[in-house]
Amino acid sequence: MGMTISEKIIAKSAGVSLVKPGEIVTCSVDIAMIHDSSGPRRQGPRLKELGLNVWDPSKIVVISDHYVPAVDTVSANILKITRDWVKEENITNFYDLQGICHIVLPERGHLKPGLFCVGGDSHSPTGGAFGTFMIGVGATDMTAVLATGEIWVRVPETMQVNWSGKLNEFITAKDMMLALCGRIGLLGADYMVCEFTGETIKNLSMDERMVLTNMTAEVGAKTGIIAPDNTTLDFLSSKNLKEIDMELCSDEDANFATIEKFDANTLEPQVAAPHSPANSKNLSEFRGINIDQAYIGACTGAKLEDLQMAAKILKGKTCSKTTRLLVAPSSTKITAAAAADGTLEILTEAGAILLPSGCGACAGLGAGVLSKEEVCISTTNRNFKGRMGDQDAEVYLGSPYTVAAAAITGRIVDPREII
Amino acid sequence: MNFNFVQNLNKGKAFVYGDDINTDVLAPGAYLKYSPEKMSKHCLESIDPDFVSNVKPGDIVVGGKNFGVGSSREQAAASLVILGVRYVVAKSFARIFYRNAFNLGLTPLICEDYRKINNNDILEINSKEGKIKNLTQNCEYNTNSVPDHLLKIVNAGGLLAELKNKIENNTLKTLRFRKDN
Repeated sequence: MGMTISEKIIAKSAGVSLVKPGEIVTCSVDIAMIHDSSGPRRQGPRLKELGLNVWDPSKIVVISDHYVPAVDTVSANILKITRDWVKEENITNFYDLQGICHIVLPERGHLKPGLFCVGGDSHSPTGGAFGTFMIGVGATDMTAVLATGEIWVRVPETMQVNWSGKLNEFITAKDMMLALCGRIGLLGADYMVCEFTGETIKNLSMDERMVLTNMTAEVGAKTGIIAPDNTTLDFLSSKNLKEIDMELCSDEDANFATIEKFDANTLEPQVAAPHSPANSKNLSEFRGINIDQAYIGACTGAKLEDLQMAAKILKGKTCSKTTRLLVAPSSTKITAAAAADGTLEILTEAGAILLPSGCGACAGLGAGVLSKEEVCISTTNRNFKGRMGDQDAEVYLGSPYTVAAAAITGRIVDPREII
Repeated sequence: MNFNFVQNLNKGKAFVYGDDINTDVLAPGAYLKYSPEKMSKHCLESIDPDFVSNVKPGDIVVGGKNFGVGSSREQAAASLVILGVRYVVAKSFARIFYRNAFNLGLTPLICEDYRKINNNDILEINSKEGKIKNLTQNCEYNTNSVPDHLLKIVNAGGLLAELKNKIENNTLKTLRFRKDN
């Protein structure tokens, strides 16, 4: 019996030739990524109590993105703890106020196919777009990783998510993932890996592939992964990464627990209603709902291509008087690129306000949170009750095209109607 | 976080909630920046504003499917532990919450009969035998057995306590001991 990509990476990290779903194995960690919220302020004191330093400073990446920039003394203190700890532990891979961890990690060349990585955040599966096996863990698990360089895992089963056909214009990876959430629900891939396959996937850019793996967190998956191809290679080469394992793929006789098949040709724009990504349906079911705030941000929804999609809709148009548009580019490098190619100008001319690169309002932390009974449409990945501010606020999820269209009309409309 | 793991907190009132009790409900983002103790005062407030004032050490939270879905934030499990909860009973748990719970000394029990438990029922848990006694309804439920390696973690008092034991017994390689200790 052959192995899936994930089983191959786990076996290699566990130092064995074969693993099977259900087995418990201990894996060596290639990269441990932590951020300011669940990172040093938690692990620092615990490591001290254990009398230990981190196992290998060169394998740790620290990214401050949750409380950036500080808005009060509490968040300022969290950021200072992070800076001080990084110095104390001699960690050089530190990105302070440079963007969201899941974006910065590949952007700065820390990921490549075949690595076994852990991240102190639930959207760590984003790394799977690069052929990396990357899982999210909590702060105590991460303390043990930082101390020992190892973690136990139960080998997950793999669900193949197969997409055939070609996406129509103005249909995106976000629509693909909302369709998956709507079909299989929040537990649909419980403890499995979602491996994305098919010609639709091959035609997606890295920015779009990252949306797929990022949002596997929304269907209960342990992680998501995509086999490397020339698109991956081009991206990694641009980061000067070498020794890239282009052979990494699931064996022909690998065992997939289930296969979910989708047809890209017939996919319509998707929208998730409050308060769950699983409430996803065709946009037409929600057409006309009034929107107070349109939010383009977070790890999944404000990469360069996301901003470009929004600009395509907003070019030469202005936001509705009753709707505010907030844009928080996912990283400072993305801000620079969007400034250079004119994207930012289109967005701000249309009436958008620019926010810092960070997790921000998506996690209810930064600027842009909602008041009671306000309605928001957002390019983010999660719309649980109370997540983005007041517990009586409502958040719809949609693609950057859909969110930009709502900003112009003040209500949910099909972006293809206003082009 | 200093939890008293040795307390025998296996008997108390059931607080019953539904499916998909997520981490934004257990640990709302607006309070994440504060200490776990301060954070715990807001646990479950968006669906049950009285939970924090009513819950007592030993009480048991009961959910449906996918308990703890969402963020990796450990405060979701830590808040319950700080409030004196040591057991959560549900049909299923989200994977990161499941790990976090054991790591912090909270035992998540998978129970097919979760729907039979009513709010305010008095439950007594025998985790060794995997049984939940419902003293109010005078009946007993089975739970799925907890994997050995997770039982070891929770019995040691959490992952850090287990790690400490391993360090003392020299069973780990690759450790770098601090020079200032």
